[in-house]
Amino acid sequence: MASHTIKVALIGNPNTGKTSVFNLLTGLHQQVGNYPGITVEKKMGVCNLPLDFKASILDLPGTYSLNASSLDENVVIELLMNKNDPLFPDVAIVVTDVENLKRNLLLFTQIKDLEIPTILVINMADRMAVKGISLDIPYLEEKFNTRIALVSSRKKIGFDNLKMMIVEYNALSTKPCLNASSIDVPYFDSLRKAFPTQSLYKLWLVITQDVNFSKLDKNVVDTNNFAKPNSELKRLQQKETIKRYQYINDVLKVGRTIDVAKASDLQSRLDRILTHKIWGYVIFFGILLLIFQSIFDWSSIPMDFIDETFASLSAYTAENLPSGVLTNLISQGIIPGIGGIVIFIPQIAFLFLFISILEESGYMSRVVFLMDKLMRKFGLSGKSVVPLISGTACAIPAIMATRNIENWKERLITILVTPFTTCSARLPVYTILISLVIPKTRILGIFNAQGLTLMFLYMLGFGSAILAAYILNKILKIKGKTFFVIEMPNYKLPILKNVGINVLEKTRAFVAGAGKIILAISIILWFLASYGPGDAFNNADNIVKANPKFENATEHEIESEINSQKLENSYIGIMGRGIEPVIKPLGYDWKIGIALITSFAAREVFVGTLATIYSVGDVDNETTIKNKMASEVDPITGKKIFDLPTGISLLLFYAFAMQCASTLAITKKETNTWKWPVIQLFLMSGLAYVVALLAYQILK
Amino acid sequence: MQKSIAQLRIGEHGIITDFDSSVIPLKLIEMGCLPGNSVVLIQKAPLGDPLFLNINDSFLAIRIEMAKDIFIETSEE
Repeated sequence: MASHTIKVALIGNPNTGKTSVFNLLTGLHQQVGNYPGITVEKKMGVCNLPLDFKASILDLPGTYSLNASSLDENVVIELLMNKNDPLFPDVAIVVTDVENLKRNLLLFTQIKDLEIPTILVINMADRMAVKGISLDIPYLEEKFNTRIALVSSRKKIGFDNLKMMIVEYNALSTKPCLNASSIDVPYFDSLRKAFPTQSLYKLWLVITQDVNFSKLDKNVVDTNNFAKPNSELKRLQQKETIKRYQYINDVLKVGRTIDVAKASDLQSRLDRILTHKIWGYVIFFGILLLIFQSIFDWSSIPMDFIDETFASLSAYTAENLPSGVLTNLISQGIIPGIGGIVIFIPQIAFLFLFISILEESGYMSRVVFLMDKLMRKFGLSGKSVVPLISGTACAIPAIMATRNIENWKERLITILVTPFTTCSARLPVYTILISLVIPKTRILGIFNAQGLTLMFLYMLGFGSAILAAYILNKILKIKGKTFFVIEMPNYKLPILKNVGINVLEKTRAFVAGAGKIILAISIILWFLASYGPGDAFNNADNIVKANPKFENATEHEIESEINSQKLENSYIGIMGRGIEPVIKPLGYDWKIGIALITSFAAREVFVGTLATIYSVGDVDNETTIKNKMASEVDPITGKKIFDLPTGISLLLFYAFAMQCASTLAITKKETNTWKWPVIQLFLMSGLAYVVALLAYQILK
Repeated sequence: MQKSIAQLRIGEHGIITDFDSSVIPLKLIEMGCLPGNSVVLIQKAPLGDPLFLNINDSFLAIRIEMAKDIFIETSEE
């Protein structure tokens, strides 16, 4: 039988286990978009079906209904409205949670009204016995004009049945299950007369939704004499929702029975502790402490290993490949550059692991609940906690996560202050600088001074974010009803596979995304550092050899002097020395200056840049980046370059400066104007300069 | 005077009778906040706001400011 790929779209409310269903159907055959570290709107995967069929499965963002209130939800509607979209599904699968059936079915009735063949998946069937729920599936199938797959993604039950239903999608009824037009008969009648070929529900969505549709133009539909004002439309949308609920309630009254006596109250007991006025906060801060501990402490073991591996790999290639320009590029440009990103992996993986567990378990909503009132004092929302915490991984997904903050002012402030939180790209910079300038002494016998410094830098990040929010809240004059709704999902034990896939996928996306930038920058840097204009560079050999100072020097000394002469007169050296006057007061030399400039593409480039700069022309080239930095001395004074004042000044500069092109791009995308990213760039970097300047001048 | 969700005590049940439809967002209605549906106050956040509710078997939290616009009937009345 000729295999035909069936296009399937997975749709569902948040917290219904839609992603688990997706993971179980597709395994690891998934493709995710290409932004670094982002939950991209479109996730695709391939699923093998019985009878040689194949399905391509599209995991659409979670949505509560087809009344879009966020960009994520717009994606869903735009796709489902456009039959010509190459992703338009042959069959839609609506995933629901058996414990929240009533609410989850609202979206299902809307999808059915679009007249797309639809399968209803009722997930978490393993909970039915515990909760005393029983369902009359044949009755529900008949009432909803659909086929129902009862599955449990946790116990992996019911998926063969679901796959068979996908194969037989042609047999599905496309009949809507209720007639929403009865909410205003005259209005819908005139609509029908004006556009006799279109589905009424589609027309209704075109009128009420602020999204782009290819064929039906909103303006055309709106220019009717029977068009209604927005307030009236909103009232009708409310009526529509009420009507849908009535319908669902009526069907479930017959098709579902709940034995209340069996319902356990473990959830509410857990909530009593986790949202307790004292224990709630204690537990929350305990969890934060655990997260930071794992990032600072546990990941240092694999990180040291990676660092050393790359250093010896670099030395190995330099020795064993035939010497020449290409070998130099590989051993001095590419390998140190890649090493600078690979070293991140342990920390990023830990961060994504914890964030993913917190979200999967349902605990994140409790944090939002606990923190809302507190955050509101600073012009933020409880929902800002999620971006601020995930900002410690990467500001880009964090800023995207602000989409569910309903109030525009609270959302804008969250977007603007999130880049202050210490993202993982700052970590390598912090780690290496701290190990260079802060002694390992123990304070009070238990606390490591280095660890405390790192902790302080994280606090500084959060503190500045909160303070900045407070100031912005006073300055920004944006009015709007503060409206706030958050679902408090049931606690669930995170499914290992989901967490694993999530961590893997995000780490991979981050490394691939950041890796490309870093690789490109390392190669460019290497060229700029290995070539230079004029006599001072090209004739460095003779100039040094002719210098009477080196008459008695050994071969080795002469060679390294030639190399440093060359670097200083290379293109990059000239650029670096050009900006030296600006950064000198902060305690930086021109090599640090180069690293500072390249870090405006992405902070993590700092370490890679220094690695490349110090590797170029390094005769031995086998020590780690850290050792190279530690042995750098000022050629005039003979003092160490990375001493305490410079180190602290650099740490503070990186704590405040807005050095991440991708974050600026995402701020532009989410706020729809260049105004806010430009403000972020100049205010944050200006602040960084002033603070670093003060620190250096005081400590000097 | 009409009682609102903001006046519920922890554990107290009520039935939603009406709301100010100009201020209540559609999203809340989609979550099941409709006249005729039951509501229980499960917990208040430690600082007294927001409120953790069970509305029509959906668990959600809203701020007091909005809870004041949703009117209810309790069994005592």
